[in-house]
Amino acid sequence: MPTQEAVRPRRGELRVYEPHRAGLPKFGPYFSDLRHRLPFAAEFSRSGIRAAHTQTVFGQLWLVLNPLLMALVYYLLVAILSSNGGGVDRLAHIVCGLFVFQLVAGGLQQGATSVTGGGRLIMNMAFPRLLMPLAAVRTAFFRFLPTVPVFLVIKAFTDEPWGLQMLLSVVFLLMITVFSFGLAAIMATLQVYFRDTSSFLPFFTRIWLYLSPVLWTIDDLGGHGQRFAHLMLIGNPLFSLIGGWTQLALLNEVPEPKVWLAGAIWAVVAAVAGSLLFMSREREFAVRL
Amino acid sequence: MDLTQGGSRRSDENAHPEVQPAAADQGDAVPTDTEAIDAKVVDDQPAQGTDAEGQAVAAQPAAAQPGDEPPADAPVADAETPEPAPAPAVAQPRIERKYPVDPDAPPAVSVQDLSITYRTTFEKIPTIKSAIVRLGRGERAVREVHALQNLSFDVMEGTALGIIGANGAGKSTLMRALAGVLPPTSGRIEVRGEISSLLSLGVGFNGALSGRENVMLGGLAQGLTRAQVAERAEEIAEFAELGDFMDLPLRTYSAGMAQRLAFAVSVHMEPDILLIDEALSAGDARFKNKAAAKMDELMSSARAMFLVSHSLASIRELCNEAIWIHEGRLMMRGTPQACGDAYTRFLEVGENAFTLEDL
Repeated sequence: MPTQEAVRPRRGELRVYEPHRAGLPKFGPYFSDLRHRLPFAAEFSRSGIRAAHTQTVFGQLWLVLNPLLMALVYYLLVAILSSNGGGVDRLAHIVCGLFVFQLVAGGLQQGATSVTGGGRLIMNMAFPRLLMPLAAVRTAFFRFLPTVPVFLVIKAFTDEPWGLQMLLSVVFLLMITVFSFGLAAIMATLQVYFRDTSSFLPFFTRIWLYLSPVLWTIDDLGGHGQRFAHLMLIGNPLFSLIGGWTQLALLNEVPEPKVWLAGAIWAVVAAVAGSLLFMSREREFAVRL
Repeated sequence: MDLTQGGSRRSDENAHPEVQPAAADQGDAVPTDTEAIDAKVVDDQPAQGTDAEGQAVAAQPAAAQPGDEPPADAPVADAETPEPAPAPAVAQPRIERKYPVDPDAPPAVSVQDLSITYRTTFEKIPTIKSAIVRLGRGERAVREVHALQNLSFDVMEGTALGIIGANGAGKSTLMRALAGVLPPTSGRIEVRGEISSLLSLGVGFNGALSGRENVMLGGLAQGLTRAQVAERAEEIAEFAELGDFMDLPLRTYSAGMAQRLAFAVSVHMEPDILLIDEALSAGDARFKNKAAAKMDELMSSARAMFLVSHSLASIRELCNEAIWIHEGRLMMRGTPQACGDAYTRFLEVGENAFTLEDL
């Protein structure tokens, strides 16, 4: 090995590129690389949001308009179709769940196309590809943030209580974000191998919306409610995640421990499984794009 | 082929033929008198001597230099006689190094028996029969493209390696493999140092944002921190010379302007190992001069540089070694002049590349 005086102090260590074997890369260098490149993912997502509405009349106002219009559509649907009618309470409940559901669905949709759509970036730069779904989820999260004041304004028109417990909903928000990151990573991997994924995704998302306590509440279910709720707690991750979020943010009640537990488990399992799946496959992406 | 591109630079040397006989790899120095012609003959010897890769070098008759600039025809053909001359042992790099290079250091880049194969599937146009049988889809055909086949070479520190070859020879694939984007199908690559690559201009750029914002994005994409990019932002803006356009959206730029901006971002990364893939075609003549000067500057502090270009004059200008790749195989390694000559002779003659090995 040469002495340090003879050559410029080396910044990079030895890198060896070998044939891809299905399997995980070494975590140490991968995650330190990932951490090093996080500002790029942040800037990429930020500039994507900024660029999205540049030539429109409403511009960045769309970040609020979009969810509002969506809430209006669903409110009309529920108010017209349901027997116990509408009312501001109903609207507040729908809005509360819908906005955070959009966080998950938006993260999913963008995450699915993050790798296949990032063609030139992936083909020409070496970086941990996990940054792509990360950027997609960050985008979805930052689109969600402006909707929080909108929800609070709507809640102000209802009789629901306010209190400090509402702040605990941040924990659920965190769990939801982590969960959607895991799902986005899975979808991104699937999309590379089965390009049909992004075509199925909107329908999958829609069905999932109807299965989650966004447009309905547990009390609406009537007699079968308890059994159904138990099944859902285990089977539908968004049941606990969105349910807990709604309970805290809207109703100012602390959910039961099992809701917290189910939410946390789902978030961690999704994130870990998604990341591992993605990382084990990511070296193939450049060849398959 | 832009063989005459370097003509304007060479004109000074034509007028004052103070050719240094010891400048071994200056095959591009144009001889206009006998003394210089002897120097030219001396040049040819090391050109053959440094082809250390075991590839049989196409014979280099001292007279026929098709890659030369125009002024060199009449006096050369008559006066050259092969004279035995001592060959210098090591080709002198034309770039002044700022720091001493340890000759015992391991190679900056070591490519060992590298092969890369692309597998593509594509749907053949469905016939009625196959459409019915396969539910409306065409036959899925799998095609393997052997982009690189058993490539081996080492690049020591201080080398500016030019890579030449026909279109589709595998040059960009090699660059992507060196950058770590494509995993090898077999073989291995060892790289010592941080790589900064200018593989595809405009990477990370968003058309709706202004030039300055894209500089930030591009800098971050190359791996710098925000603070580092902010430091260099002024230099980059000055280098690109876009004036007011820096604050306008990128979609208002012409293609050349966008390329200049991308190039400006990439060369300010202080790379250890610089990969440049046909990026020198960007810009007008004035910018090209600046770009070449900047790359010289980079080479004086970088470990190694890889330059892919179709302009043989650029390769001769900027590189001190060259390799020629054809259909994924390493055909030749040597001085830029020697490789360029062999390559152009191959293109003109149009023979199968392997026949040249037997001459």
